[in-house]
Amino acid sequence: MAIYTKEEARQIMEKALSFSTADATTINLGGSESGNIRYARNTVSTSGHRSNQSLSVTASFGKQSGSATIDEFDDASLEKVVKIAEELAKLAPVNPEFMAPLGPQRYDDDITFVEATANITPEYRAKVAAASIEPASEKDVTAAGFLNDSSRFRSTLNSNGLFAYNKSTDSDFTVTMRTNDGTGSGWVSRDFNDITKFDPAEAAKVAIDKAVLSREARAIEPGKYTVILEPAASVDLLRNMSGSFNARTADEGRSFMSKDGGTKLGQKIVDERVNIYSDPLHPDVPTSTWNGEGMPLKKTSWIENGVVKNLAYDRYWAGQKGMEAVPFPSNFIMEGGSATLQDLIKSTKKGILVTRLWYIRGVDPQTLLYTGLTRDGTFYIENGEIRYPVKNFRFNESPIIMLNNLEELGQQVRIDGNLIPFMKVRDFTFTSLSDAV
Amino acid sequence: MERRKFVQLTGLGAGALLMPSLLLGNNIPVEALLDPGMDIAVKKRLADVALNTAKSLGASYADARIGRYLNQYVSTREDKVQNVTNTESFGIGIRVIANGTWGFASTNDVSEDGIKKATDQAVAIAKANAIIQKEPVKLAPVEAYGEVSWKTPIKKDFKEVPVSEKVELLLKANAAAMDNGANFVNSNLFMVNEQKYFASTDGSYIDQDIHRIWPTFGVTAIDRAANKFKSRDAMSAPMGMGYEYLDGLESEKLEGPAGLRLYRNSYDIVEDATLAAKQAKEMLKAKSVEPGKYDLVLEPNHLGLTIHESVGHPLELDRVLGYEANYAGTSFANLDKWRSGDFKYGSDIVNLVADKVQPGSLGNVGWDDEGVKTKQWDLVRNGVLINYQAIRDQVHMLDQNESHGCCYAQSWNDVQFQRMPNVSLEPGKTPYSIHEMIKDVEKGVYIAGRGSYSIDQQRYNFQFGGTVFYEIKNGEIVGMLDDVAYQSNTQEFWNSCTKICDEGDYRMFGSFFDGKGQPSQVSAVSHGSSTTRFNDVNVINTGRTV
Repeated sequence: MAIYTKEEARQIMEKALSFSTADATTINLGGSESGNIRYARNTVSTSGHRSNQSLSVTASFGKQSGSATIDEFDDASLEKVVKIAEELAKLAPVNPEFMAPLGPQRYDDDITFVEATANITPEYRAKVAAASIEPASEKDVTAAGFLNDSSRFRSTLNSNGLFAYNKSTDSDFTVTMRTNDGTGSGWVSRDFNDITKFDPAEAAKVAIDKAVLSREARAIEPGKYTVILEPAASVDLLRNMSGSFNARTADEGRSFMSKDGGTKLGQKIVDERVNIYSDPLHPDVPTSTWNGEGMPLKKTSWIENGVVKNLAYDRYWAGQKGMEAVPFPSNFIMEGGSATLQDLIKSTKKGILVTRLWYIRGVDPQTLLYTGLTRDGTFYIENGEIRYPVKNFRFNESPIIMLNNLEELGQQVRIDGNLIPFMKVRDFTFTSLSDAV
Repeated sequence: MERRKFVQLTGLGAGALLMPSLLLGNNIPVEALLDPGMDIAVKKRLADVALNTAKSLGASYADARIGRYLNQYVSTREDKVQNVTNTESFGIGIRVIANGTWGFASTNDVSEDGIKKATDQAVAIAKANAIIQKEPVKLAPVEAYGEVSWKTPIKKDFKEVPVSEKVELLLKANAAAMDNGANFVNSNLFMVNEQKYFASTDGSYIDQDIHRIWPTFGVTAIDRAANKFKSRDAMSAPMGMGYEYLDGLESEKLEGPAGLRLYRNSYDIVEDATLAAKQAKEMLKAKSVEPGKYDLVLEPNHLGLTIHESVGHPLELDRVLGYEANYAGTSFANLDKWRSGDFKYGSDIVNLVADKVQPGSLGNVGWDDEGVKTKQWDLVRNGVLINYQAIRDQVHMLDQNESHGCCYAQSWNDVQFQRMPNVSLEPGKTPYSIHEMIKDVEKGVYIAGRGSYSIDQQRYNFQFGGTVFYEIKNGEIVGMLDDVAYQSNTQEFWNSCTKICDEGDYRMFGSFFDGKGQPSQVSAVSHGSSTTRFNDVNVINTGRTV
């Protein structure tokens, strides 16, 4: 079994630490069990099971550090891995940015592990696939989907007295439904820490309905449109934007967040209704309460009323700048409103509903301009109603421009470990048409 | 295409987001890279444990892959070494067919007991899934090769080159960039050795030793007053070569337009970093492109990515059939178009070939990951679509009975499936140089190196940027351009191909990080071409004010 309890993990790491002679030593122990099923053409294709565990040791003498990893935890192996790390440290170049390991920290209790998810069986996965394939066959639609579930733990202990442990479960499901005439495609994504919240039949229905509704899409001219972005459509642009919250690259002058020899910290960059924060204890999107180097993760505001509230400082850079270290977020929560998707459609005179965006790549890091395409359900809205499906578009747009052109925020949905609202945005830039279905 | 959350690495280009996949494995001392690993006789005995266990549990087919994956990664910025990492990943992956259905399991417990347990799991998964299987898996026949071996023909094994020599070279490149006006430089060296042992119930025991190398950097120049920054990435390519790729041989250098230096099978990183710094500064003042139609002159280290996205992916049979519908997508190049026998993928001069045998390429191996001997085959001949890329369990859907030999798994821990071989554009048959090509263009843009890239899920509509852009007016390069991207449609684009330089200009683009599958796996692939001209392509301006 690759999942150790807190006490089992502590015992193994304390044993390893007992062999250390370095100035500072950090032990990391982790393991995971994961299973998946993949299906396509209304039948199963590949599936598998993986199990992993490893223990790594980072030893430091002065500002020289070395790391070694092992996957056997008997005393002789633990002693060997510590010795290897220490030998490597003595040979390593001096790291001028070396930071001594943190001392003891206080962490909030996490809420990331759910027994039911850890107990998923191959038979359950096959049933999930069947819950897509059977209704698809009935509607002249073909299903291709994937379910992956995992349980994992990670733990860290160091010679300065720090100890941290986290156990978590995850499940990710996506399915694409394509009509058999090749003219319609729908998609849905669901992810949970707790698999009992997952309704495979409900998810399959959403994708099938979109596939059927999106058949025989019409071509309309590319240009600037009001769009309603489902959370799956905006999440990647928002996540890409979050990458620019790195204080160091901002200070160095090579980021969207750089400005006039300094940064945009404290400046308004988007509409004042935009509030974005991270929170490891949010019940819908819980994460570990500590990061890779053992820093406690707390609820942190990144954008408040459109103003940049925090930039992420690693410990070294914080020291250089005389700032408090601010760890990178482990999830991304954007506050929404009370409007449902239907409400947003109803209040739209003319616009485009976008299910998701695909193949998003950066075009200009200076302006956070990204390109990509709509996919799996793009619809034209007129006078408060979905009128007909439209062909997919390529967009060239910056999340900064998008959040400045905000019209209305709707309800939040969990997507890929984050919480994102439906949003209506004006003047979203579509630059060309695609024939892809 | 990975689940990225908030991972961000700067200065490495787009592929960097997938870097952790490359570095999976245990950290080990550098000397341990030279450890010969498990004896081949032991591998054979253990592989037989998997095959026999599978058969005794009722499997009709089984294969076992014992893999030892060694990686070395050196990372520096300016005058500092950031990281030197050596990793080893060792384990076994077992794939079975039971009740007509695939099952797979893997373990790093490479003992008889560990292997039996994993085989049990693989068979159990196959049997559980058989309930929803519509048609039993059908494998194309393969020769029983017995005990055979293959090695990448390297001249210098990276494992034998001291780390200090590698660090010194990167720091020298960084210093060259800083001396020539760069504000920042990150440089990296990735080296990979896959030691793979394959055995199957079809009677093959295949031992392979595969090497890959990728030196790269990103140089950034900043104009604080104008709030601008520009980066110029390396003009190197990842290669299926040993450390000799870094020899910087003069005989492998080409004089490009506008003072560019281009590299074939040998790379001079210090020279390239010097030029990169000068060009990054020049980019800060480059003219913003006027959008419109231009004739594009595309350099091989740029065109390779366009080939990858607009030819390599759409001609993967598993995509065409719908196996990737939920992730990478399907393909416009459907079976009806192929069956017609006259689908014009490109103009008459377009010949696109697939291979797993080109020396120095990333795809080059002796046998694929299901024991099929590798080869070269045509995809597009005289502009017409004639074949796809297919493996043992799907090639029968093309009414062919021989796998193309392009099955791959990124590690012992992942199941093997169809992956892109090298896909390359044949050079022009008559002598024609890049300089002659530019002379023939009235209004055009010359693009070198890879940049931003995006294409739809059926591979019709794409948009590409590049590393450097130059305006061509009346047969001459008149200056550098900024904010350039081109948008086109795959079939329209390849049919607008009017000229291809000769083989003197042929060289390879490569990527370590072609992503596909669920769970996602990366694969390394090369694309060869000579500089090529495409007429009347739509160029957009990507400049914005925020």
